Amino acid sequence: MPAEDTGKSLGCCMHEMALAEGILQVVEDAVRGQRVTRVTEIRLEIGALAGVELEALRFCLDVVLRDSLAEGARVDLDLTPGEGWCLGCGERVTISELFDACPLCGGYQVQATGGTEMRVKEIRVD
Amino acid sequence: MCTTCGCGQGETRIEGDDQDHAHADGDVHEHAHEHLHEHGHEHTHADGTVHSHAHTHSHTHGHAHSHGHGDQAEHTHDHESLHDAAAPHGHPHADTDPHAGAQGRHEQGQGQDLHYGLGPAHAHAPGLSQARMVQIERDILSKNDAYAADNRRRLSERGIYAVNLVSSPGSGKTTLLVETIQRIRERFNGRVPIAVVEGDQQTTTDADRIRATGAPAIQVNTGKGCHLDAHMIGHALERLALADDSLLLIENVGNLVCPAAFDLGEACKVVILSVTEGEDKPLKYPNMFDAARLMLLNKVDLLPHLRFDLDACLGYARRVNPGLQVLQVSATTGQGMDAWLDWLMAGLDQARTARAQDLAALRRRIAELEAQLAARG
Repeated sequence: MPAEDTGKSLGCCMHEMALAEGILQVVEDAVRGQRVTRVTEIRLEIGALAGVELEALRFCLDVVLRDSLAEGARVDLDLTPGEGWCLGCGERVTISELFDACPLCGGYQVQATGGTEMRVKEIRVD
Repeated sequence: MCTTCGCGQGETRIEGDDQDHAHADGDVHEHAHEHLHEHGHEHTHADGTVHSHAHTHSHTHGHAHSHGHGDQAEHTHDHESLHDAAAPHGHPHADTDPHAGAQGRHEQGQGQDLHYGLGPAHAHAPGLSQARMVQIERDILSKNDAYAADNRRRLSERGIYAVNLVSSPGSGKTTLLVETIQRIRERFNGRVPIAVVEGDQQTTTDADRIRATGAPAIQVNTGKGCHLDAHMIGHALERLALADDSLLLIENVGNLVCPAAFDLGEACKVVILSVTEGEDKPLKYPNMFDAARLMLLNKVDLLPHLRFDLDACLGYARRVNPGLQVLQVSATTGQGMDAWLDWLMAGLDQARTARAQDLAALRRRIAELEAQLAARG
């Protein structure tokens, strides 16, 4: 299949490649049937605990958006902070990794409650 | 391509697909086509624009390019003034845009709102869409999640308990699966139907191993794709003749990263970690251990021969996911297998009970309606 030659196979086994494909799909769904010639900006919201390598995601988007109507689109990444619930403290706390200790008690009874989202927020279209 | 993952484009293969058929890969191919068509359309549009409004077109391009280069702050200003200059020519067809609520205040440039009809195109090209922000607010994997929700509904309607088994390559997943199936067979005299979906990048050898146990299995080859997705599972479900109140074991592709993000519609994920791997895997792949409900620590019969810090491993796993359940097993010696079978059967019981309750509720509803009908004589 010719599309294989565009470099998409570079992403073999790279998690961010799957996400980049998902992003393109969401964008294409959103503009389907609209009078849109180009997508010039894509604004994403990525949670700090989502396990996404942002640089890898940018790279993959670069590849995946090629030959799409979002080719060359500027990608804005909004990073949302990680949030957890400490069972020990009974408090909502901020964490930056899933395995972080509770900043209040130092314990590891923290269940992630926020910051795992991966969303397309908005796009700018022509 | 696989419905979300570009890496395995066109290579996904579900057993039973007729490879001679042009659309053998079903939706996988359809997706790719859809893709191309869309592009084609867009291009045609653009070309049309070029033809009739050459100036407008090149203008627009110029803008987009500068955007891409990232000097947007300055540039947006240019845009701005351009819009302002155009303002007096306010244009009515903006109202036709269904996303009219989306005038974005993008990166707090208050004056940056895009007023429909004030864009560069309006003056020269009525009917051509204007630059504008469109609010989307959709999860990146929403398409997969929709398929997963559909799978989950279909499974729960039939009282099927589906488990998504994830691990790195070489954790002994398939051997464990074979052993699990044989033991369930023995314990329940074959009265618990089991089916298996085998995810692998290539080969059908794993499905062959499963089928040797007598359990129906279907292989899903993901090609270059590194995980199963809900769409593939939907197709696999159609091909597997699943019995009501049965157990469905899904062996995902060996990978501790991608499968964590892809909901297949399963009841839960079970992560398998063998003691021949590093004890710090839970910290290295936290999302997977966070997504799992149960960790099976496999090959524990080898512990005496290894420098594997069991307590550290369990500590790391619970650090990532305090609610994670853990069972230590060995497919070779059978250690812990009874507890694992109990765990599976408890889940299956729940699925069966939920289905029975659903059916009872439906029957009650029918009885009520019939009573109402009878009362009207």
